[in-house]
This record gives sequence, C-alpha cells and structure tokens, in this order.
Amino acid sequence: MQIVVLVKPVPDPAAGGERLGADGRLDRAATPAVVNANDEYALEAALKLVEAHGGEVTIVSMAPSNGPETMRKALAMGAHRGIHVTDDALAGSDHVSTARVLAAALKDLEYDLVLAGADTSDGLAGVVPAGVAALLRLPYLSYAAKIEPDTDAGRVRVRRISPTGYDVLEAPMPALVVCTQALGEPRYPSLKGIMAARSKEIAAKALSDIGVDAASVGGAVATTKVLGSTAPPPRAATRVVREPPDVAAREVVEFLAQRRIV
Amino acid sequence: MLRDAVRVLADEQIARRAAEIDKTAEFPWDVKELLASHDILGLPFPTQYGGLGGELLTICLAIEQISRVCATSGLILAVQELGALPLLLAGSDEQKERWLPDLAAGRTLIAFALTEAEAGSDASATRTRARRDGDDWVIDGSKRFISQGSVADLITVFAVTTDDSDVPRHKRLTCFIVEKDTAGFGVERIEHKMGIRGSPTAELSFRGARVPDSHRVGAEGDGFRIAMRTLDRSRPGIAAQAVGIAQGALEVAAAYANERKQFGKPIAEFQMIAAMLADMDAAIEAARQLLYKACTEIESGAADAARWSAMCKLVAGDTAMRVTTDAVQVLGGYGYIDEFPVERMMRDAKITQLYEGTQQIQRLVIARALVPK
Repeated sequence: MQIVVLVKPVPDPAAGGERLGADGRLDRAATPAVVNANDEYALEAALKLVEAHGGEVTIVSMAPSNGPETMRKALAMGAHRGIHVTDDALAGSDHVSTARVLAAALKDLEYDLVLAGADTSDGLAGVVPAGVAALLRLPYLSYAAKIEPDTDAGRVRVRRISPTGYDVLEAPMPALVVCTQALGEPRYPSLKGIMAARSKEIAAKALSDIGVDAASVGGAVATTKVLGSTAPPPRAATRVVREPPDVAAREVVEFLAQRRIV
Repeated sequence: MLRDAVRVLADEQIARRAAEIDKTAEFPWDVKELLASHDILGLPFPTQYGGLGGELLTICLAIEQISRVCATSGLILAVQELGALPLLLAGSDEQKERWLPDLAAGRTLIAFALTEAEAGSDASATRTRARRDGDDWVIDGSKRFISQGSVADLITVFAVTTDDSDVPRHKRLTCFIVEKDTAGFGVERIEHKMGIRGSPTAELSFRGARVPDSHRVGAEGDGFRIAMRTLDRSRPGIAAQAVGIAQGALEVAAAYANERKQFGKPIAEFQMIAAMLADMDAAIEAARQLLYKACTEIESGAADAARWSAMCKLVAGDTAMRVTTDAVQVLGGYGYIDEFPVERMMRDAKITQLYEGTQQIQRLVIARALVPK
C-alpha cells in the first residue's frame, strides 16, 4: 500500500530560543528545526503498516528552503521519498493556506492512506489534517489508536480515542487518518537508515508545480493575524509536597479545592 | 544526524563501561558487539559488501564520538578501518568478496601489522620475510605493537619478498593477509600499557606461516606504497580519536568547574580556570576543523593527502595531550585519582602522539613538501 505522511519541520525545543520576524511570526529559516513530534508517531505508524502490508511511504512537507535538512531525519527513519513544497509566496501562510497547499500537493500522488500527527508543537491548531481531508473529500478518521487496513476490500478500520473509550470507525480508502501517540513510540533512525537517507529523493515543488495560485496563499490572505507576542511569565515559586502519599494527596486536593480547580 | 546517533549510543551504552575497561585491561567484546549491531563497524566498507559506504569524514565523526567517552572503544572502529584499508585500496575483487562482508558486519576483526621491534618509524627496515614456495608464501619474523593483534581474525602483514640488494628499500615489501588459525602464526605476548588499556597490543610471531598466493594483497614489492597510502587515510582516524578524547576531557572539566566551589563560588568563575577552559575549547575546535578539512581533502583525492593526514594527526594529538593535562589540572587532586575519568583520558591521549607515526614522523612528512629534494 502507498502511504503519505504529512511532516512539518518545527522549532527544535532543545535548541531554545525561537526567532520571531518583524511581523511577529516565526523566522523559520533562522530557527533550528526538528520533525514535529506527533508527526513522528504518524510516520512510525506508516512504517509499521508498510512493513506488514508492503508498499512505500512518501513524506510531504511545506517548509522553507532548509526543509530538506529536517526531512532527511524522517527519511532516515525509513520513509522512501519526500516531497518538499517550498515557495517564497508561502511566507506567513495560515492554516487555511497550509491545508490548501498540502491538498494540492497530494492531488498528483497515488495513495491509500494519508497519515498526519494530531497537531504541531508550534501551531497547535490541529485543524490542517481536517482541512486537507475536506478539500480532497477524503474520509477523515481522527485520533487513531489503532489502524487496520484491509487492502483487498479497500477499506480501513480505525480505533478512535473517545472521552469514554474507543469508537471503531471504518471507511473506504483512500482516507486520511490523524494519529495519536497510542500507536507506538517512533523508532530511532539506524546508522544504515541515516546513510541510506542521504541518497533518497526529495522533490522540490513550487506553487506553480502543484497548480496553486500564489495570490491565494500566504500572509496577504491569512485569516489570522499575529497582534503581538510575549514570553510566558517566569514560573512562580513551586511548592513541593513531601509528605507520605495519604497525607500528600489530601494536601494536594485541598490546595486545588481552595483555588476551585477541583 | 549520524554524529548525533553515535553520540547517543556512546553516552547511553559505552560511557559507563569506560572505567572498567581501563581497569581490567580486557578487550571489550560487548562494545565490539554493540558497534557491530548498530552497523558502526560497517562504516568504512562499501555497500556492495554489506557496509555503509561512509566517507572518511563520516568514519571520523563516529570515532570522535565514541572516543569522547572511551578511547579504547573508539579504537575498535579505527583499527578495523586501518587493517582493512590495504584490502580496500589494493585487494582484488575476489579478496574483497571473501573477507569484506564479515569485516563489515563486525563478525570478524582485522589488525594491521607493519611495525617491528627494529622497524618503527623506519618501516623500510622491516625484517619479516616472505619466501615463495610453489603456489604459497612462507612468512618468518615478528611484529610488535600490533593493536588488537591478539583478538583479530585476520592480520594484514607486511614482509620483505626480495633478497636483491639492487631493489630500493621501499620496493622490497609485499602485503599479505594471514588468518589467525594459520599454522606458525602466534601471539607472543600482550604489552602492559599506560593507556588505551582495553585494546590489546600484541607481539606477533610468524614461524614458517604458510599462506597461498591468493592472500597476497597488491603486487609483489608494492607493500610499502600500500602501507603509506593506508596511513594517509587512517591517520585522520587517530586524529578523530584525539579530538574525541580532548572533547570528553573538556566536558568533564567544565562540568566540574561549574560545580566545585572554593572561596564561596564555583571555580569556573575564577578567571584563571575560565581561561584554561576557554583555551581548551578553542584548541579542540581548531584541531577538529583541521581534521574535517583534511578528511574532505583526502576524500577528494588531493595530491598532498599525506600532508593533510600528517597535519591533522599532529595537531589533534598534541591538542589532546595538552587539553587532558589541563583537565587534570582543573580538577586538582580529584583529577589525579580514578574517581574521575580525566586521568584515564590523559593516559589515553598520550598514545595519539605515538602511534600511526610519531609526532616527529608527522613533522617529517609535512616538511617534506616544504623542503625541495
């Protein structure tokens, strides 16, 4: 089976210090990036599926020109090839633009499943996969804890985490599945994988290559606007409870109750 | 990415073994298995033989990261490359098919036997002889200071193959592969060393050791050239080991200086200590950048590869010695005892000034390009 995973390079939390541009948006070219953690879970799920059912995994990223540096890590984990949508006109894109661009990039691909992470550690909106599914009219299966494709029947069954347990959803393929961490820890790239990733193809696509009008995306048409940004206040003094468990539990509950949190 | 992967492995699985390896002076078979299972020993070998096809720079990045926590462990990869280089550079396809897949997978180890008791810096003074006997060669002599000579499955041996005194000294040597179970081959003794104590340094003897002509690597009389070309490519590995040792020592010294309080503040806040740490960091970075540059020059086939390889080993070895000595100084009395790793690193660093050509030989090689004959 053919699986596409949506992979976003996000600021490296270990590098510390994101650089913001004059417009208050993240200067992605100047900030060290890593693969969005939730996307790694989606990629791990995809790799396990092709290991079990055969097939290949293609990653698709919309990112500035330094995107391939981060995409290589996903290729080192085992993805077969990458598609890198990059265009100066994409600067300042909001979630709507992003969904539009990714949907356009997917149009030329053949796939049974599109997998995406639940959200990204920089944007946090969690709406792009739903947007892509809507634009492509794909069945949208969210918060998957288990993915069971039936390639003969051309259908996929997903266990969706719900507030009370699981919902079992089934849909015809191709379909878009939003993955959760319940699918299993992402693997570390092996040395063999790292060396092999160097020669894997990352195809660069401009907006004109995927048939998107540059005027329809980017900062100028963004539906959201950054009004300002401030660093979170430093953490206030921490109170550590070191009593035995039964006493400590009572103290913690009392503390929360005083603040009407419980 | 590869460097980070090796660093994580070194930090999580090799670092905690380093002190014990040094203390027991036993070859760390578990670390060798670890390196093999992560394909690290496959780095120097072409993909067609099951290796990873790593460039010199990639191999050196791996040696550096492993040596940062354990110089003996870093040497396992460096020696695997050193011993295999004659095969890689001059071996026939048949020889490569036969030996490289097991070496790349880390199923077998290989050692490089050039040095003799009376032929150290002057390799052309080799006395070990190989005499033609029908389709075979019969090797007699002994080799000294052979890293991992007692644990290797294959030995790359250099022996004199001509009695003709008209043949120039550097055209008398031929290279052979000797398998460890060859009759007449033996390990005479293991040296007791100051550093890299887990890496057994052996004296090897050849008493009528008989190998078929198919074990001859390269042409007759080509051995000296093969050995020199091998060293051009392997010396950066030793430079990488040296840079790694130095980096490891700096990290220990910096962490210690930030924690250790005297006169009411961390000693890192005293300018004399801070300056030492700064000098160590700057010296390491300079050595590292020279090493990386040397790797890319040698990989691209630079005509002065010997110069690059000698320069990076010279600078990195001296840097490692100075930095580890200073690291011991930063730790004071604690640096001198085995509770902290810097005394081990200082002992380990010394070898990088000695093997694969002493620092004096490196200078000789570098100067050769400056002094017209």
